[in-house]
Amino acid sequence: MNYESWALTAAVFLPMAGALVLMLWPKESEIGIKSVALLVTLLTAGVGVYLLVQFDYGASDKLQFVVNRPWIDVINSRYHVGIDGISLPLLALSMLISALCVIYSWDHFPEPRNPKAFLILLLVLETGMNGTFVSQDLILFFVFFELVLLPMYFMIGVWGGENRQYASIKFFLFTLFGSALMILGFLALYFKAGQTFDIPELINNGSAIARGTQLLIFGGLFMGFAIKVPMFPFHTWLPDAHTEAPTVGSVILAAILLKLGTYGFIRIALPILPEAAHAWAPWIGLLSVIGIIYGALGCLAQTDLKRLIAFSSVAHMGFVMLGISTLTSYGINAAVFGMVAHGLITGMLFFLAGSIHERFHTRELSRLGGLLVQAPKLGWILGFCAMASLGLPGLAGFWGEFPAILSAYNPAHGLSLPMFRTFMVIASIGTVLAAGYLLWMFQRTAFGTPKEEFANAHIHDVHGPEWLAWAPMLALIVALGVAPGLLFNVTDSAVQSVSAALAAVAH
Amino acid sequence: MLLAVFRAPYIDYHALAPEIVLTSTIIVILLVDLLIAREDQKVLVTNLAGIGVLASLVPILTLAVDGTDRSMFGGAYVVDNFSLLLKALFFVVGYVVLLMSTRYIEEGDYYEGEFAFLVLSSLLGMVVMSSARDLISIFVALELLSLPAYMLAGWRKRDLRSNEAALKYYLLGVLSSAVMLYGMSLIFGVTGTTVLPEIAGKLAGAETAPVVTVGIFFIIVGFAFKVSAVPFHFWAPDTYEGAPTPVTAFLSVASKTGGFVALFQLVFIAFPGQSAVWGPLFWVLAALSMTVGNLIALRQTNIVRMLAYSSIAQAGYIMVPFAVAGANARALDTAKTASIVYLLIYAAMNLGAFAVVIAVARKTRSGEISSYGGLMSYAPGLCVLMTFFVFSLAGIPPLGGWFAKFYIFLAVLRAGTPSAVVLGVITAVNSVIALFYYAGIAREMWMSPAPDGDVSPIRIPAPLAAALGICAVSVVAIGVYPQVFARLGDLASLAR
Repeated sequence: MNYESWALTAAVFLPMAGALVLMLWPKESEIGIKSVALLVTLLTAGVGVYLLVQFDYGASDKLQFVVNRPWIDVINSRYHVGIDGISLPLLALSMLISALCVIYSWDHFPEPRNPKAFLILLLVLETGMNGTFVSQDLILFFVFFELVLLPMYFMIGVWGGENRQYASIKFFLFTLFGSALMILGFLALYFKAGQTFDIPELINNGSAIARGTQLLIFGGLFMGFAIKVPMFPFHTWLPDAHTEAPTVGSVILAAILLKLGTYGFIRIALPILPEAAHAWAPWIGLLSVIGIIYGALGCLAQTDLKRLIAFSSVAHMGFVMLGISTLTSYGINAAVFGMVAHGLITGMLFFLAGSIHERFHTRELSRLGGLLVQAPKLGWILGFCAMASLGLPGLAGFWGEFPAILSAYNPAHGLSLPMFRTFMVIASIGTVLAAGYLLWMFQRTAFGTPKEEFANAHIHDVHGPEWLAWAPMLALIVALGVAPGLLFNVTDSAVQSVSAALAAVAH
Repeated sequence: MLLAVFRAPYIDYHALAPEIVLTSTIIVILLVDLLIAREDQKVLVTNLAGIGVLASLVPILTLAVDGTDRSMFGGAYVVDNFSLLLKALFFVVGYVVLLMSTRYIEEGDYYEGEFAFLVLSSLLGMVVMSSARDLISIFVALELLSLPAYMLAGWRKRDLRSNEAALKYYLLGVLSSAVMLYGMSLIFGVTGTTVLPEIAGKLAGAETAPVVTVGIFFIIVGFAFKVSAVPFHFWAPDTYEGAPTPVTAFLSVASKTGGFVALFQLVFIAFPGQSAVWGPLFWVLAALSMTVGNLIALRQTNIVRMLAYSSIAQAGYIMVPFAVAGANARALDTAKTASIVYLLIYAAMNLGAFAVVIAVARKTRSGEISSYGGLMSYAPGLCVLMTFFVFSLAGIPPLGGWFAKFYIFLAVLRAGTPSAVVLGVITAVNSVIALFYYAGIAREMWMSPAPDGDVSPIRIPAPLAAALGICAVSVVAIGVYPQVFARLGDLASLAR
């Protein structure tokens, strides 16, 4: 079967082309700028629909829509793109969220407005995110992985909250530090595994690398990806960045950017360096469960709604990483599901936090209350998302969290059983804490009567653009919760091939 | 009798055509400057100089198409891919500097005709340097490129800081020439020849004599002054700040590249077998330059001083491939390409940054970083360009600088020795430190309000806009499709 197609190239570069068009667009015609951005993201999402329809689900472990052309010959790096069952859902998620972010920002431009610059950055971000998910060449991956840094830096730094400058540079420095070590790891792979940056080829050659070298290279990749995820103890950039970013920035950070890290583990680190993955797995598992508990406790200590959601990301990404650290197809499937679910749910929560902040001009939990009285629809959506986030069966969050915990019961051959079962127990405690902080958050914001200062304020309920932006996400949260097979069936055979590469070296 | 013995050396006029065109231009503009009486017409001189530089590129192209390596004067003067590429680079850099200085010099009420004359003379030195494969030619080329630069640094002659800049630059430059010349004399004493490949032949095989070690050490230290490597960098920040900004751009790009070209030829052509001597030396220079340059740059509030320290750090990056080149034959090849690729990309991004500094100073009349506040609101185009240039210097994809840094890492890991890997990690950490001050400029431009609330737009003269355009297009093109430039670097590294 011939899978060659330029659809992925369109998916990656349409937003960039849109950004170029916007640069030339006169600043005064705001409506034109918004329309172009919307059109471009919708077109890109249309390409996404085409991909979803044309994707051969029977062969989701194979790369499809492949283009493999020379790019930088001198270092044998190629423009090699393609998607399999792991990339497809994340790519689709990225396209969906980007389009929804444009819709949401239609009349929600944070100060200092300047929709032109804001939307250009958003489109550049989309190119970077889409590109990362389709790259099958390490250098191409690296370029796209880094491409998201600049727009996000400016998005936080220019349109963010009070502490934005500190948060933006912290985000930038942390990520750059990780990626500097990551690129050293990539180069080491190049020299040790056949002078190529091609990911499928490296997966073939990688297991031949000596164990000691594998461990070191994995360390470099680990730093790059773990900071992006972020795993404890590299998470400290996240609460600041998420809290200070404008709403759309937080949504994209939570929904997509964090996934670049976990995706990197599944796509690159694990299959190329299986032996090192086995050696590192217990540590990754340990850091994951620390992250779960630490994130949950962090949530309980927050007084700011947005910061609380930010900390909950640390905990949720802990579950994803726990699933990955078991090195089983069960765990990795759960991880991919967890990535998508977290993207939808936490993305929604950040949208909600943004809308609440816009209405009350505060995110202090102690000043909020009675949302259900003043804006019942907004309140119920918040409740719905809190339930989804704490892993209520029947909603998407459950299928990310529960199988991840369960997978730790039976980790890959060669990993310490007692250790991972301990992780499992600790992670389950984490879900209890999650229920605690989410319900507590919901109760503080939505129940009771409005505080005196807002008693007579007129609070809008959910309005048009918000409905448009949120409805697809809410629908997907329910759909994936009721029929998780929709996603598991896509990812499974691709995940199987990853775990097969891992199992091949198990002792 | 003597006349009978003397045979005129073979001169290949095609090979020398770029130098001949440039020299003719120099003479012409000197005469034209003399004949034009009115001060307000002096801009004609600069325009003529620009045309002359562009005309010099034509024979470079014909030579490149021809493609044969040409050697003259007993191997002392060689025209090959390496020298052609660097000559082309110098011409383009020279042209961009002329574009940048067109209005700057005129509006500052400085002598414009002589300015162009001196820039071109210095340029001639660099062009000669690209072909010099002989200790004496190298020395002559170095003096030819340095002496006009000393004068240019002091061009604002009524400004004390400019005087200081010129004097410091001159004194330390002469000192370094003396040190270098002493090293060269030692090498000549041992080998009995001044032609680089012959030196390599004489030194090959034998145990490195102590006197050779001392000679190489002095030569490299001499050039370390020129390229402002730590701990020989003290002149650079004061000189850069005091000199007129276009001159600073010229010094920090062209003059520095000239120094590296000489180092490249000496190290890789004359002393390839002595890596035990220069390897560790470059290791220390590179590590110190990167770390000290970046750490001090963090503390700067003046953008030109900051760029001065940043260019010290950049010199450190360029020396990394030199430090690891000795590990094995393949590492040597990669290191050669890496250093040339870095020089090419560095020229585009650093010149671009200076062009923005000149443009902004037209309005703010200030070099303080705080004066960049609010640039996004009143000059979004300049702001975006400056963002490109500084983040390219920081090495963030997809801007050109990433590929330069990447190639350095490639050279480091191809060498693969523990000391090389340690240097690689130092480079990686330094990239992160550097980001902090580069991002500081971006923060000021994007996130701070205009300091005095003055948001009138900046008028950019056409030549300056052209300079900005050339640099910006290069930076983005290299970043997105590095293949072309890497190929050039690859070709050039075949220098013999």
